[in-house]
Amino acid sequence: MSYIKKPVARHPALPKNAIGLTVRDYEGSLSTLCAGCGHDSTTAAIVQAFWSLGIEPHTAVKLSGIGCSSKTPTYFLGEAHGFNSVHGRMPSVATGANAANQDLTYIGISGDGDSLSIGLGQFCHAIRRNVNLAYICENNGVYGLTKGQFSASADVGSKSKKGETNEARPIDPVMLAITLGATFVARGFSGDKGQLVPILEAALRHKGFAFVDVISPCVAFNDHKGSTKSYMYTRENYTQVTEADLVPLRREIIAKQVAHEATTVKLHDGSVVTLRCPEGDYDATDRGAAFKHLSELKERGEVATGLLYVEESDSDMHSMNRTAPGDLVAPDWDLLCPGNDRLQSLMAEFR
Amino acid sequence: MNAPPTAAAGARAADRRTSRVNDFAIKIATVNGTGSASANGMLMQAIFRMGVPISGKNVFPSNIQGLPTWYEIRVNGDGHTARTPIFDIFIAMNPQTYAKDLETVAENGWFLYDSTWPFDPELLSGRPDVTPLGIPLAKLCQENFKGSRTRILLKNIAYVGALVALLDLDMEVVEGMLNEKFAKKAHLLEANRVALKLGGDYAREHFACPLPIRVESLDKTSDHIMIDGNTAAGLGCVFAGATVAAWYPITPSTSLVDGFTKFAERYRTNEDGTRNVIIMQAEDELSAAGMTIGAGWAGARSFTSTSGAGISLMNEFLGLAYYAEIPSVFFNIMRTGPSTGMPTRTQQGDIFSTAYASHGDTAHICIYPADPGECFTMSADAFDLAERYQTPVFVVSDLDIGMNDWMVPRFSWDDDYVPDRGKVLSADELETMEAFYRYLDVDGDEIPYRTLPGVHPKGAYFTRGSGHDKYGRYTEDSVLYQEVVDRLKRKVNSSGTTSPQPIIERQEGAQFSIVTIGGCDRAVREAIAHWNEEGVAVDFMRVRAFPFSPAVEEFLREHDDNYIVEQNRDGQLHRMLLLETDIEKKPITSVTSYNGLPLSAHHVRSGIERKRA
Repeated sequence: MSYIKKPVARHPALPKNAIGLTVRDYEGSLSTLCAGCGHDSTTAAIVQAFWSLGIEPHTAVKLSGIGCSSKTPTYFLGEAHGFNSVHGRMPSVATGANAANQDLTYIGISGDGDSLSIGLGQFCHAIRRNVNLAYICENNGVYGLTKGQFSASADVGSKSKKGETNEARPIDPVMLAITLGATFVARGFSGDKGQLVPILEAALRHKGFAFVDVISPCVAFNDHKGSTKSYMYTRENYTQVTEADLVPLRREIIAKQVAHEATTVKLHDGSVVTLRCPEGDYDATDRGAAFKHLSELKERGEVATGLLYVEESDSDMHSMNRTAPGDLVAPDWDLLCPGNDRLQSLMAEFR
Repeated sequence: MNAPPTAAAGARAADRRTSRVNDFAIKIATVNGTGSASANGMLMQAIFRMGVPISGKNVFPSNIQGLPTWYEIRVNGDGHTARTPIFDIFIAMNPQTYAKDLETVAENGWFLYDSTWPFDPELLSGRPDVTPLGIPLAKLCQENFKGSRTRILLKNIAYVGALVALLDLDMEVVEGMLNEKFAKKAHLLEANRVALKLGGDYAREHFACPLPIRVESLDKTSDHIMIDGNTAAGLGCVFAGATVAAWYPITPSTSLVDGFTKFAERYRTNEDGTRNVIIMQAEDELSAAGMTIGAGWAGARSFTSTSGAGISLMNEFLGLAYYAEIPSVFFNIMRTGPSTGMPTRTQQGDIFSTAYASHGDTAHICIYPADPGECFTMSADAFDLAERYQTPVFVVSDLDIGMNDWMVPRFSWDDDYVPDRGKVLSADELETMEAFYRYLDVDGDEIPYRTLPGVHPKGAYFTRGSGHDKYGRYTEDSVLYQEVVDRLKRKVNSSGTTSPQPIIERQEGAQFSIVTIGGCDRAVREAIAHWNEEGVAVDFMRVRAFPFSPAVEEFLREHDDNYIVEQNRDGQLHRMLLLETDIEKKPITSVTSYNGLPLSAHHVRSGIERKRA
C-alpha cells in the first residue's frame, strides 16, 4: 500500500537544512518493497541528497517507468509531483515535462529491466538530447516483479535463483553512457550511502543529463551465491575509482583535508565537485582514458564505482533549442499568439 | 474501383467539344524529382489569380526520384473543387505511363506530349476521339538553354507556356507571378520568360488556340487563399499557443511540424534570438507521444503530429494519458493502411483506431476537419478541449487535406480569444485548500481539478497508469477502480455538446440524407448540387467530432434513408454510428471509397445510386 503516509512525529533535534527543513520533510510514503531491498537504501540516499542541497521539495519532479525501481518515487519527496509512466519510456515523459518547465529539478528513477531492454532507445536518446535530468538506474540484474528472469545487465556466468546460468553478454549502462557522450556518469552501490549521497548531489546540480548507475541488490531473486549482483559479490568486488564530494555554491566551504591529487570540477551553478582517486591516476575528466581504465577493471571482474566521468557543462536540450528563460507553461499570451493583424498580412503570402 | 459514369455524367461528356469555359480538368504526368511541382503550382496560382475557383491534387509515389508522378488541376467556375476522375487535357511528360494516362482522358479530350521523341500512333488507335498535341519541348529547351538540369526544369515551364496559349490564361498574371518569384534572380527570370514563350509560340503556331476548354477571368477567389491543411494546422498551433511540439517524421504528417517550425521561427522568436517554443524531433513515435504527454502533464500546450502507423505505436501512451487524465493533442494525418499501406495515398482508415486507441476501455475525443480552414480553427479547438477535459484529443485529418493545396476563405483570428486552460489550481487556491485530491469530481461536471508541478506543495500528487481511486491513491479495489473509470466515460462523452457540432443542411422534400466526415465534404456537396439540378433534394450532415453530439443521432432518426459516405473499406464511421447511437441498423447504409485517391462527386453519386437501385 504505497500511499500510506509515514507518521509525522519528528525528533526536535533533527538538523535543519538551509531552508529550514529536516530530512523527514523529504520522505514519502512507506515502502512496499521487500525488507532489505537495495532500492530502499537508494531512496534514503536520494532523500539525504535533496535535503542537503536544500531543494524545496515541491520544485522537484520525480518520474519513473515500470518495475520495482520505478515504484520508489512514491517513497521520497511526498511534496513533489510524481509520474509513474510506462515501461522504459520514462525518459520521453521526463523530456516532455522538462521541455515545458525548465525551472524545476528533475529526477528519473529506472532499473536495469526498464532502462536496458525496452527502454534502451529512450535512454540513449535522452543522453543524446542532453535533457537536464538526474537519471538513476537501480541495477540488480534481474526482473523482480515477474519473479526472477535475467535482465540485460546480468553478467555472463551469473546464476539465477533457479540455477540457470546467464550466457548472453550484458549491457553495461555506464560504458554505454560514456560512449554516447553523456556529460556526467557515475556508479554507486546502494550499500555505500557515504559514497552515493555526494554523487547524487552532484548529479542533481549538474546541468544536462547526469547518469547514476546504482548497484542495488534484489534480496528476493538475485542475492544468492553465484549471482554477480548480490550484496556479497558487490562488496567483495567493488572498486572505488573516485571519491567525490560536492561543495554547493551556497554552502560555506568547510576547511577539509583534500589530497594533493584531487581534481575539482566546477558545475554550472557554481558548485564544485572535488574528486579524489584512492588508486592514484584516474582522470574522470578524460573520456577516453576513463573508458580504457573502466574496461580494464571490468575485464578483471571489478565493479568500478564513483563519479566516473564528468565534464563541465552549461548546455542542455534547451540551449540547443534556444528556449527563452522561464517556463513554457503560461508565457504572456502576447508572446504566443501573433494576433489577427499579422495573420492578415500573412494571408497575402497564400494568394 | 470507379463505377461506369452515370447517365448525367455521360451527357456532360457529350458537350466536351463545345466551348466549356472555366469547367475542365487537367492532369500532368511527369517523373518525380524533375522539378515539375513548381511549374504545376504556377499554373494553379495563375488560374487562381484570374479569379477562377481551382483545386490541385498531387498523386505522387513514395520515392525521391525517378518514378511516375501526377498532378491534377480542376478548374470550376461554379466553385466545385473536389477531385474529378476524368481529365479533359492530359500533359503527358512521362512516356512510361502514356498508355495508362490515355485511359483517364475524357471523351474528345486532348493529349499533349513531348514530340522530341517518337510517339507510337498505335497508342491512340483505341481512342480516335482524343486529339494529340505534340510539342518538341525537350528539343526546344535543348536549343535554347545550357546545362541538363536547367533544361529539365525549364521544360516544365515550357509546357506551362503552351497551356497559357491553349487555355487562354492571362499572360499579365503569369508575368506578374514570375516577377515576384524571381525578383532577386534576374537570370532565372529571363530564362523562365523565354521558356514560357517557347511553349506558347509553338502552341499558337501549330494548334488552334485557345481550345474549347479555356479560362475566363472571374471574381470568385479574391476572398480566398490557397493553402494545404498541414501548413494551416501548424499555423493554428502557433495561434492556439502551443509551446511544445514533439514529432517523428512520417508521410503525410511531416509538413505539419514543418509549418509549425516555420511560423514559430517567425512569430515566437524574441529579439535576443531566444524562442518561446520548443520543438523536439523524437527518436520514434513512442517517444514523441511520451514527450507530448509529459509536457501536457507539466502544463504546456503540447502536440504531436503523425499518421496511422504512428498512432499504432503510440497506443500504450494514449491509454495512460486517457486514464491519468493528461491534456495532449495528437494530429493524425491519415494515409492508406493497413501496415505501411500506400504511404502517399489518402484514406480515412483510422477513424476507428483513433477513437478507441489503446488497450482496455478507452474512447478519445476526435475532431475531423474537412479542409485547411478547419485545420486552422480546429487546432485551437483541440487544445481547448484537451485542457478542458484533461484528455488526449485527436485532430483527424488526411493526406488529401494535409498535403494538397485547397482554395479556402482567408483565415481570420478573434483577438478576444482566451485559451481554455481547464480546471488548474493556482498556488493561491491551493494555499487556502484543506487538501487536494487529483481525481475527485468536486463540482459534479465529471472533471476533477488538476495541479502543475512546481506550483505548491499541497498540489503534489502521484500520477500513475495503474489502478487508482478518486483520491489518486493506488488501488486494486473493484469498487474504487470502477468509480474512476465510470466517471471517465461520462467525462469524455460529455464533450459531445461542446466539441465542434455537426454541419447540417436540410432541403425541402429531401428524398434521402447523406452523412459524411472530413475531406468528403466537397465531393458530397457537389453530388448534391447535381441531384438538385435533376430535381432531387438531399439532406446533408457532416459529423465533426466524436463522441457524437446528440444532434447526430437526432438527424439520423429524422430520415428513413441515411447514406454514410466515407473513404475506407469497412465503413468505419457507419459502424461507429451504429455502435454509439441507439439508431437501428436498417435506415443507415454504408457507401465507401478506398482507392487511395480523394473522393469525387461521381463516386458519391454512383455509390449511392447503386445502393438505391
